[in-house]
Amino acid sequence: MIKLTINGTARELDVDPDMPLLWAIRDHVQLTGTKFGCGQALCGACTVHLDGQPIRSCQTRVGDVGGGEITTIEGVSGRVAEAVRAAWRELDVVQCGYCQSGQIMSAIGLLSQTPKPTDADIDAAMDGNICRCGTYQRIRAAIHDASRGLG
Amino acid sequence: MFAKPLDKAALAATSRRTFLKGAGALGGAFVLATQLPLTGKAFAAKPGDPPAPNAFVRITPDNTVTVLIKHIDMGQGVTTGLPTIVAEELDADWGQMRFAFAPANAEVYNNLFFGPVQGTGGSTSTANSWEQLRKAGAAMRSMLVAAAAETWRVPAAAITVEKGVVRHAASGRSATFGELAAKAATMPVPAEVKLKDPREFKLIGTRLPRLDTPDKITGRGTYALDVRRPGQLTAVVAHPPRFGGRVKGIDAGEAKKVPGVIDVVEIPTGVAVVAKDTWSAIRGREALRVTWDFSAAENRSSEAIMAEYKALAAKPGLKAAARGDVGKALAGAAKVLEAEFEFPYLAHAPMEPLNGVIEPTPGGATIWTGSQFQTIEQAVVGSILGLAPEKVAITSTYAGGSFGRRATPNADYLAEAATIARATGMKAPIHLVWTREDDMKAGRYRPMVYHKVRAGLDARGRLVGWEHVIVGKSILAGTPFEGMLVKDGIDATTVEGVADMPYAVPDFLATVHNTKEGVPVLWWRSVGHTHTGHAVETFMDELAHAAGKDAVAFRLDLLAHHPRHVGVLKLAAEKAGWGEALPKGRGRGIAVHESFSSYVAMVADVTVSGGKLKVDRIVAAVDCGLAINPDVVRAQVEGAVGFALSSVLRNRVTLKDGEVQETNFDGFEPTRMSEMPKVEVHILPSAEPPTGIGEPGVPCLAPAIGNAVFAATGKRLRSLPLDLASLSGT
Repeated sequence: MIKLTINGTARELDVDPDMPLLWAIRDHVQLTGTKFGCGQALCGACTVHLDGQPIRSCQTRVGDVGGGEITTIEGVSGRVAEAVRAAWRELDVVQCGYCQSGQIMSAIGLLSQTPKPTDADIDAAMDGNICRCGTYQRIRAAIHDASRGLG
Repeated sequence: MFAKPLDKAALAATSRRTFLKGAGALGGAFVLATQLPLTGKAFAAKPGDPPAPNAFVRITPDNTVTVLIKHIDMGQGVTTGLPTIVAEELDADWGQMRFAFAPANAEVYNNLFFGPVQGTGGSTSTANSWEQLRKAGAAMRSMLVAAAAETWRVPAAAITVEKGVVRHAASGRSATFGELAAKAATMPVPAEVKLKDPREFKLIGTRLPRLDTPDKITGRGTYALDVRRPGQLTAVVAHPPRFGGRVKGIDAGEAKKVPGVIDVVEIPTGVAVVAKDTWSAIRGREALRVTWDFSAAENRSSEAIMAEYKALAAKPGLKAAARGDVGKALAGAAKVLEAEFEFPYLAHAPMEPLNGVIEPTPGGATIWTGSQFQTIEQAVVGSILGLAPEKVAITSTYAGGSFGRRATPNADYLAEAATIARATGMKAPIHLVWTREDDMKAGRYRPMVYHKVRAGLDARGRLVGWEHVIVGKSILAGTPFEGMLVKDGIDATTVEGVADMPYAVPDFLATVHNTKEGVPVLWWRSVGHTHTGHAVETFMDELAHAAGKDAVAFRLDLLAHHPRHVGVLKLAAEKAGWGEALPKGRGRGIAVHESFSSYVAMVADVTVSGGKLKVDRIVAAVDCGLAINPDVVRAQVEGAVGFALSSVLRNRVTLKDGEVQETNFDGFEPTRMSEMPKVEVHILPSAEPPTGIGEPGVPCLAPAIGNAVFAATGKRLRSLPLDLASLSGT
């Protein structure tokens, strides 16, 4: 049995420790907000937080998580998360929306570390998150907007 | 997708028979459907539903108004735009508007431009729904007013409606939609309704927040990949590594030992591994040993296929458009320019890989998917499962991007899901999942295309003749759509944008060779315009330069009868500061193109420095008729830039001895944040009926960038992706 803490809830999963965290979350914990895009950490759709840091769950073995706290899009909360969601709403960032869980998790990670990011900071933090709909201009604007909202 | 909105009457007269024939070939009996007029009849959205007075609008006692969306949302914003149309005629408050995806039912929910088919594509969702939903909203409003008039015993004419409240000013009485809903549903449905004068519009043309945003920023929105049905199993398929390959032998021994793997079955498209979860299915596929028979496969490399195209281009093709005498005009020209353009196969690569769930139900089946052609999917899945199409229900989910990939004439991945469900005995819901590798390698691509163009200028630099040859595989031949869009052997989607080029050239000839190689192709956001727009607009730039004329002025001279092209061209040029001097290493290029009855011009600003290209800014002007929600229109054009940029810079799908070389987002890398230029979108005010905006933002990007590179460096890059290596030393 693998023990995990996801969104503050302790879970025991009967899965192979080699299973990527992504599939444990989606298929076994039934939290489907975290998305599968590439399976190779090339697109960022599967981004979750491990102890507050963005990680690619498709390249993280569920057996390696240990006592770390996993947070997914369904469970992420707090001041930064609220500011990011408010900015996403205000600017209507989303199109198909499929990558946006990962974009939002990466953006929260960035703003938690760097409350006043420059465009270069945004490039560095967000370049790993692909949006095939091409919403990048609004994502950038929304991160700046959220940053202002955080004061 | 479709070159033009299909004319309903023409379809009814000529194409239905052909379509039915095609559908019959798929094995499905087809239900004839007609456009449903606004009659006094009550509608049930699907069998068993309580009758409702209107197929598109539901008002409930909780005071919400739900619009049934007959189209699929792939990000293009129909779940906001279509409710806006209803809310406007209904005089609803935006805060009470909701949406739900309509069930599959071509009798009620057909695309009015596609005839008897429910489907999304060709940037037609808004255009075909415009009148239909205005009437639906107006009818519902009239029934609410009638209900209030009867309840309050006052004349209907003395009642007003504003922001979801029905009022009788003289008596001071008022009621919400929710309070009147039950009674309104019993009122007769008006046979005729009066639509608003556009000058009275309060919601249309304003910025209203998207209704799908809350779902998509919380992880709550359900895509097909998120569907979890009781007892559901996951299937992945080992596809032949070359198109047309067949299974020769299977050793499933190791695969069946993988914990969680339940079954391994051979299907016509490969070998399916069925497991209790996705990871087990993927691991099972890795453990599978399959040998393939490539005797009937496409075994050539892209280069060999392109060489065949070039050889074909030297021979006479089929005439797609001809006027005057182009041979004579070119022979008499003072200057003749010639150019060739190569375009690669391109993957759509939507972020959500292709997938769908087929769930057995008593006497039928339910498909859970975000796909574009419900009617075809019902017919295909029904034929595989031995069910009449109407016994196949579809629950539509959000689609995680598509760009045309989820609109297939043979319902390819859902057919695969149905085949696996049947092969495993219809015991459990089957979730067929394509991984990213399947998406890249198992096909359906924008066709590879070759263009060869010659044009002449007279001594005064005027365009005197244009000869254009296009070679590429037909998207539509052999599909149910062949009768609609293939005429005299010419696939309209291969030549759209060239055959109907707007520039005034008296002597003009466009010919085409539609090839038949074994690589499966499909419409890719803006379809033929992805290559025709680039070839025409790049070559126009070359001609302007050769004529010693400004690129905008040269075009304007040839567009006297095309005011909407002129409108966007001038607006984009003005907003971009066309004509300003730029520092060394920077360049500015322009392009204009019509597609899907919308008009777009783009100005690209680029910097070429140290041999590297950076696209700094795109200024776009668009005329898509009346913009229902201008912010969604802007978002679609911004997104089209982000989507198409990587196809300008680097993307290609390459075959080596028949095998696709790109397997994931490393070999086929979409645009990333740091590459995204600043995009400005200017919408031309218009009172024309709304046309599409999902696709028209794509065609101008590549030629505007290529023309800007020429302005910056003097190097003319024609083929796509642009040969950036040739910029070294600039």
